[in-house]
Amino acid sequence: MKDPGRREFCRRTALAGGGLVLAMTLPAFAGRARPRAAGARAAPAVLNAWLKIGADDSITVIVDRSEMGQGVYTALPMLLAEELEIDLERIKVVAAPVGDAYVNPANGGQVTGTSNSVQDAWDKLRTAGAQARVMLIDAAAKKWRVDPSECRADGGRVTNARGNSLRYGELAEAAARLPVPKDVKLKPAADFRLIGRPQARLDTPSKVDGTAEFGLDVKLPGMVYAVIALCPTLGGKAAAVDSAGAEALPGVRRVLSISSGIVVVADHFWQALKARNALKITWDPGENAHLDNAAFRASLDRASAAVPGLKAKMTRGDTAAALKNAENTLSAVYELPLLAHATMEPMNCTADVRADHCDLYVGTQVQQGAQAAAADAAGLKPEQVNVYTTLLGGGFGRRLEVDFIPAAVEASKALRVPVKLVWTREDDMTHDFFRPPAREEVSAGFDAHGGLQAFGLHIVSPSITARASPSTVAADPFDSVIEYAQNLPYAVPNYSLSFSRQEIGIDVGYLRSVSHAPNCFAIECFLDELAAAVSKDPLALRLELLAGKPRHIAVLRETARRAGWGSTPPGRFQGLAFMEGYTSHIAQVAEISLSAGTLKVHKITCVIDCGQMVNPRIVESQIESGIVYGLSAALWGDITLRAGQVRETNFHNYRVLRSNEMPELDVYLIPSEAAPGGVGEAAVPPVAPAVCNAIFAATGKRLRRLPINSQALG
Amino acid sequence: MARITVNDKALDIDASPDTPLLWVLRDHLAMTGTKYGCGMALCGACTVHVDGAAVRSCVLPLSALEGKRITTIEGLSRDRSHAVQRAWIELDVPQCGYCQSGQIMSAAALLGNNPRPSDAEIDAAMAGNICRCGTYPRIRKAIHRAADLLTMDQPV
Repeated sequence: MKDPGRREFCRRTALAGGGLVLAMTLPAFAGRARPRAAGARAAPAVLNAWLKIGADDSITVIVDRSEMGQGVYTALPMLLAEELEIDLERIKVVAAPVGDAYVNPANGGQVTGTSNSVQDAWDKLRTAGAQARVMLIDAAAKKWRVDPSECRADGGRVTNARGNSLRYGELAEAAARLPVPKDVKLKPAADFRLIGRPQARLDTPSKVDGTAEFGLDVKLPGMVYAVIALCPTLGGKAAAVDSAGAEALPGVRRVLSISSGIVVVADHFWQALKARNALKITWDPGENAHLDNAAFRASLDRASAAVPGLKAKMTRGDTAAALKNAENTLSAVYELPLLAHATMEPMNCTADVRADHCDLYVGTQVQQGAQAAAADAAGLKPEQVNVYTTLLGGGFGRRLEVDFIPAAVEASKALRVPVKLVWTREDDMTHDFFRPPAREEVSAGFDAHGGLQAFGLHIVSPSITARASPSTVAADPFDSVIEYAQNLPYAVPNYSLSFSRQEIGIDVGYLRSVSHAPNCFAIECFLDELAAAVSKDPLALRLELLAGKPRHIAVLRETARRAGWGSTPPGRFQGLAFMEGYTSHIAQVAEISLSAGTLKVHKITCVIDCGQMVNPRIVESQIESGIVYGLSAALWGDITLRAGQVRETNFHNYRVLRSNEMPELDVYLIPSEAAPGGVGEAAVPPVAPAVCNAIFAATGKRLRRLPINSQALG
Repeated sequence: MARITVNDKALDIDASPDTPLLWVLRDHLAMTGTKYGCGMALCGACTVHVDGAAVRSCVLPLSALEGKRITTIEGLSRDRSHAVQRAWIELDVPQCGYCQSGQIMSAAALLGNNPRPSDAEIDAAMAGNICRCGTYPRIRKAIHRAADLLTMDQPV
């Protein structure tokens, strides 16, 4: 099922705006469109919300999902190009403005998230391409006074058997005036010439020569730079500020107290940063002055004991009775830490506030949310805010938040000049919306024949949904942090899932593989424990519990075959994990060794069946990406609090995987014509359980807590 | 006023002497291909060449650059024709792309010193460049490919 939490994320504020369906001056991903010079050609014809064709045959595809590395600026144009019968290389991509046409219904807004960009675009953009093709053919047929059925479109031209030929650019204006055809016929998979075939990414050239424009790279005439001092204690605020020293420094334009902190504006970033360091601020730490890891861990444990969990929807059978009647039972508690997103590009935003409008240049996953936040800060209506989405230097869910936007807007409004506000790495690391910590208690009961009869999962965690989408929580005990566990893929006659919400005093947020990573960790590690308890091979147990599910079984078997499961070389140990999520099926085998208590991950074998692929080259890189992201978190990911302050500040104390720590990867994509599944998040969840299960194979020791390297392994 | 040489151009910079090269490039020269990632020489996103060696521009003050030759991603080639850039395109290395200028500058410096690096030499030389998208396997392949391209480029 989809995640109604993220789906509703923007709904509250976002849908007030909208309406701007037709193209306007749009930001291109390699530099923004500049105003047209006098005497230049007429504006390109707008065929629909995603396509413009110029008289010069230029083809512009408007992409309504944010490019954060996952390849939407290539995969989505491929869908349209397939039906429009044009070469992919001819396409210029621009980011969509805010508009109703660009809402992703599954996410309830113009939201890039939940790994569903291709699923959302699959029919939509192929239909847009096919409709445009039909309109171009109809326009040609009219000119030639022939029946459209005599004409065909190919390679950017419409031709007929009589030898007539017109370029799309010559037809676009007439085509755009024709009615949009209904019920266009889409190609069968057998006729695909782009979809399913590896294609070069359209954004690669700009990303190897430094011309790709990220939020941090935006430059406007007269622009000044801002940094912000944020209260070191999460939830605190400034009580008093002495800015005299800072204001006396060269280049400093203004020091502003705003709701989220103290903003320093200067001619250059470095001047602003030095001036920020010269501020004398007395902070009021607020309610979190005593918050630390031990305190929130204890609160999760207490909540687990004291609060009966809310019943989630996916309860089947009578788990309590089945556990009582079981021949033998097993239970274990798994613990997940807070995690930072740590995108390579720290949060930043450029705002140009004028009397009657605001231009906002920002790498965001939520265009409507960004618009609403800026409008609120500027005192404007949402439709008075133009959102120009730049490339995102990583998203991972961090840019679903708009917390860094108002400060740029407030500063621009106060100084009446464009302001680029940049967070330092330390700001970014310490003021994230962290992945919530969790305590996940799993219990199981076997019958006398070793058959799994009962499986119970009780999750204690702060809620993301309660902040991001309160109406969802009010209606339903569903929470984003238990989504994966609602869809336990394994056949167990009695299954119960319960959730106790326990807040810890800080805001938590969506992080790549939101519930899937934590829930999958508990479930897949526990399955390994169950296999050991009944002396079964972990692969065999999974195959047994997935009987009758051919895609699941094929993925597991192929992973095991490629990894050499059961014939591990001496000194090496393997662990297995499986996940079904995002309409994809994925398994991984981790191969490790341990030497004097030091873990080395040698290899990850990964097989995925994600249904019909659009661009296998991008799918493969997304799987590699997920493995690296998951392995970083599994090995080291741990945000810790002391006196309400985040102790990790930069990459020296929030470690992430580096090239010399990279295991060998063997990624295999199973060809499929099933409905497309998501791939952006799918490879993250199996990593941690696969590695921990391998550690058990090596040592007989169960790791029930992450990160791995916070514990003795020897 | 400091005089520095960037991509073969001598430039006068009006910035305080402690300004890191990164911000001189980005804010004073509008050369934004070089990225800010950490400000502490931990992530490599800001990597440029100074006299041919890969350095982290986020911790290198303007005052240390008089008389040095600086090369940035914008100056590596005019037309993406450097072997590393060609290999990067061929293998579609970048994902989000934010760290890639730094990765490419580190790779180019490595190949300048070691035209045939082994996997281990690549991993060690590139360990200072973080990529959160996880492009490491492709980076390694692309550096081998760039080494091949450089060999082919040599006049026989």
